[in-house]
Amino acid sequence: MFTGLMLNTWITATAVAVIAGVTGFFAVLRGSSFAAHAIPNGAFAGAAGASLLGLNPFAGLAAFSVAGALGIAGLGRRARHDVATALTFVMMLGLGALFVSWSTEYAQQAYSLLFGEVFGVAADEVLPIVALGAASIAAIAVMFRPLMLSSALPEVAEARGVSARRMELAFLLVMALATSMTVPVVGALLMFSLMIGPAAAARSVTARPLAAIGLAVGIALVTVWTGIVASYQTNWPLGFFVGVLGGVFFLFGRAYGAGRRRMAVRTAAA
Amino acid sequence: MAELLRLDGVGVRLGGREILRDVSFTIAPGEFTGLIGPNGAGKTTLLRVILGLQPVATGAMLLNGSVGYVPQKLAIEPDTPLRVRDVVGLGLDGHKLGIRLPSRARRERVNEMLTAVGAQRYANARIGELSGGEQQRVMIAHALIARPRLLLLDEPLANLDIASVGGIVSVLARLARAEGTAVLISAHDMNPLVPVMDTIVYVASGRAAVGSTDQVVQPEVLSRLYGQHVDVLRVHGRILVVAAEETGAVPADAEHVTAAG
Ligand SMILES: Nc1ncnc2c1ncn2[C@@H]1O[C@H](COP(=O)(O)OP(=O)(O)O)[C@@H](O)[C@H]1O
Ligand SMILES: [Mg+2]
Repeated sequence: MFTGLMLNTWITATAVAVIAGVTGFFAVLRGSSFAAHAIPNGAFAGAAGASLLGLNPFAGLAAFSVAGALGIAGLGRRARHDVATALTFVMMLGLGALFVSWSTEYAQQAYSLLFGEVFGVAADEVLPIVALGAASIAAIAVMFRPLMLSSALPEVAEARGVSARRMELAFLLVMALATSMTVPVVGALLMFSLMIGPAAAARSVTARPLAAIGLAVGIALVTVWTGIVASYQTNWPLGFFVGVLGGVFFLFGRAYGAGRRRMAVRTAAA
Repeated sequence: MAELLRLDGVGVRLGGREILRDVSFTIAPGEFTGLIGPNGAGKTTLLRVILGLQPVATGAMLLNGSVGYVPQKLAIEPDTPLRVRDVVGLGLDGHKLGIRLPSRARRERVNEMLTAVGAQRYANARIGELSGGEQQRVMIAHALIARPRLLLLDEPLANLDIASVGGIVSVLARLARAEGTAVLISAHDMNPLVPVMDTIVYVASGRAAVGSTDQVVQPEVLSRLYGQHVDVLRVHGRILVVAAEETGAVPADAEHVTAAG
């Protein structure tokens, strides 16, 4: 379970969980869960287009996730955030449907882009994913404070010269960067669950921002590692285990948060 | 002159409509100014001009120092993982790129600000779980920690209970005097501010009247401003601006009572 191909699986899954935990924290903080869904899922159209043209699917994924980020940020200047995301998403899905219909042997590849091929990671895929993960985390570290300020207190941030529009664009581009490498490995649906579930659970548990990021990464790691073992043993898809574990952690976090609040009320009353 | 802020004949148009016309006033260091006017008068718009977020159609704005800003209301969810002390810390350097390492000096400065606004009791609480008055105190600490020369506050007293209003006004007055920070605070009810205001900027019908409370809150001055006859009543130490006819120009809320008939 820890040799050869499986070692690649463990390394990439770990990198993906770290990326997902960090970017997911900000996606939930900013209320951008829908964009976190739309960018990886819409990007698969790019892979479909690339394979149609005989290009590397990574190039297509990168082009479409960046185009998705630009589309959401650009339309978001004129429309509500969720509407802008939805419009961008359906445009990408529409193109994806067209590309798939033109191609004859694409169905199998589309399936793996949605659900991942985590057990078939090639050795030469490991390094780019780890490098890109490091790059997106470095980018988030550089813009950490303005991103935090702009996400939590957008009006104050604007008044201090931190443009909400520019922060939105920068954050979506980081998400696109992270997505384009991780989607072929874990799949678009898995990337989405790993971004949102752990981050949502973590913020119910701790009020400290850095601790919440650390906890989101921890939960994402436990989720994929447990998922890999369970999937290896049962032959059931990894996506199933990651989805279920995400839900379980979220409910745990909520119950913990509710319990904490009840304790606080009782302490205040005493 | 050593003035901090000067507005010279400022006019603002929004969506093809003239919102403000020929607004002129100055603020000196340490001065406490009330920006008073009914809802929709253009108070928030004027604050946005000073923050550089709203371009002017006419006139000019000259600002001679750093500005702190407390927005009208936070839109933040109760379970947002951000503690009161994190919010105050972001006031120090939240706009800067890169990572900062925690330091004792920084922690002490945050604690000092929390004590100054009376928020140390809930320093580790989530910002989203606090009441409106508590959030205002935290945002005042957030704005003041970087030691701005001018503090702008947009209706910090709206929707607060009487005790919180008194508490926040006295915190502001004390900090302004102690640190020499000039304060420009908007409100639709001038009454809680009358004891502490040096200057009043009264906006209505797109224009502004400027002076001391006694100079501006006069029937002739406000009638000219509103473009209709208004009376100024002083009842139980409170000032009420009352329109003779119900035209809608002078709003009929608790603070600007419209006489019936
Ligand atoms: N973006 C905008 N486009 C058009 N009109 C606006 C816009 N923002 C505000 N207004 C109008 O400008 C006027 C002043 O608004 P505002 O400055 O918010 O008033 P106040 O803060 O005194 O209640 C109001 O009549 C409002 O409807
Ligand atoms: Mg306003």
